[in-house]
Amino acid sequence: MDAEAAKYIGAGLATLGLLGAAFGVGNIFASFLQGALRNPGAAQQNFGTLVFGFAVTEALGIFAFVIAMLLLFAV
Amino acid sequence: MADTNPIKQFEVHPIGRFEAFGYDLSFSNSAYFMVLTVVVALAFFLLATSSRSIIPNRAQSVAEIMYGFIADMVRSTAGPDGLKFFPFVFSLFIFILVANMLGMFPYFPAPGWHSFTITSQIIVTVFLACLVMLVVLGYGLFKHGIGFFKLFFPSGLPAPLYFIVTPIEIISFLSRPVSLSLRLFGNMLAGHLLLKVFAGFIVTMTGAGFATGVLSIFPFAMIVGLTGLEFLVAFLQAYVFAILTCIYLSDALHPGH
Repeated sequence: MDAEAAKYIGAGLATLGLLGAAFGVGNIFASFLQGALRNPGAAQQNFGTLVFGFAVTEALGIFAFVIAMLLLFAV
Repeated sequence: MADTNPIKQFEVHPIGRFEAFGYDLSFSNSAYFMVLTVVVALAFFLLATSSRSIIPNRAQSVAEIMYGFIADMVRSTAGPDGLKFFPFVFSLFIFILVANMLGMFPYFPAPGWHSFTITSQIIVTVFLACLVMLVVLGYGLFKHGIGFFKLFFPSGLPAPLYFIVTPIEIISFLSRPVSLSLRLFGNMLAGHLLLKVFAGFIVTMTGAGFATGVLSIFPFAMIVGLTGLEFLVAFLQAYVFAILTCIYLSDALHPGH
């Protein structure tokens, strides 16, 4: 296979990692909403925890994106 | 045809050429936006706090809301003794927030008339993340000495488990600057790429003929929506960076929890 073609296929495959991040981030907000609707009083002070969980999960998706960018523009 | 390369917006080019000792020390558009970020942040807070009235005017109440927001965050994540790091966290938050927001301008009085997002350059975010980690390490070692390394030995575990938990804790600590910097960098890069990819669709579609030109209203509507989302991301990433800084600082303040 042509090296250039393999590069683009690799970049495309790397973006599949975003699938996991999508499930993870969706799960975090879904769980937060479930909890927050049951006990709205406790929702406000847990916003920081929500954003922290979101950030940590999303970082893994960003890693996959950065790998795709590296393959496209740096390799 | 117009240039539709979405990567072009991240190019650093010099405004004034300057070389010293064999190094290229030119004043670039990146440096220009960094200076601008500091000037905008300073000007806003100097202006907002200049009157210091009991009943705040609009600018003053915005500044007070920001102050209260970050102070609450520091207090709830790093504890009341974490407030001595409030100036550090607040400066980081404001710097990243203003830098992200300046990058959202479609046109800007800058070379090439386009704005430049300094947080989409990995060297800037790596520097910020390393600064945070050096403060955490420096303060942790200064305050607790060798006791800081209790961080890697969480209390209350059965002894054999430490063989597994300690390497995990060490790897997790070492990966913090990487994830902290890549998160901000990746988010800003991805958002701006996405906007310019859709903008490129409009250019190619209007160039291809009248029918596709009319249809280019759809990518345009998408850009409008995405721009709103990007403002949210710009704020959220500054907040995330600040809250993670607080969580890491709380490790330096109270290791061994």
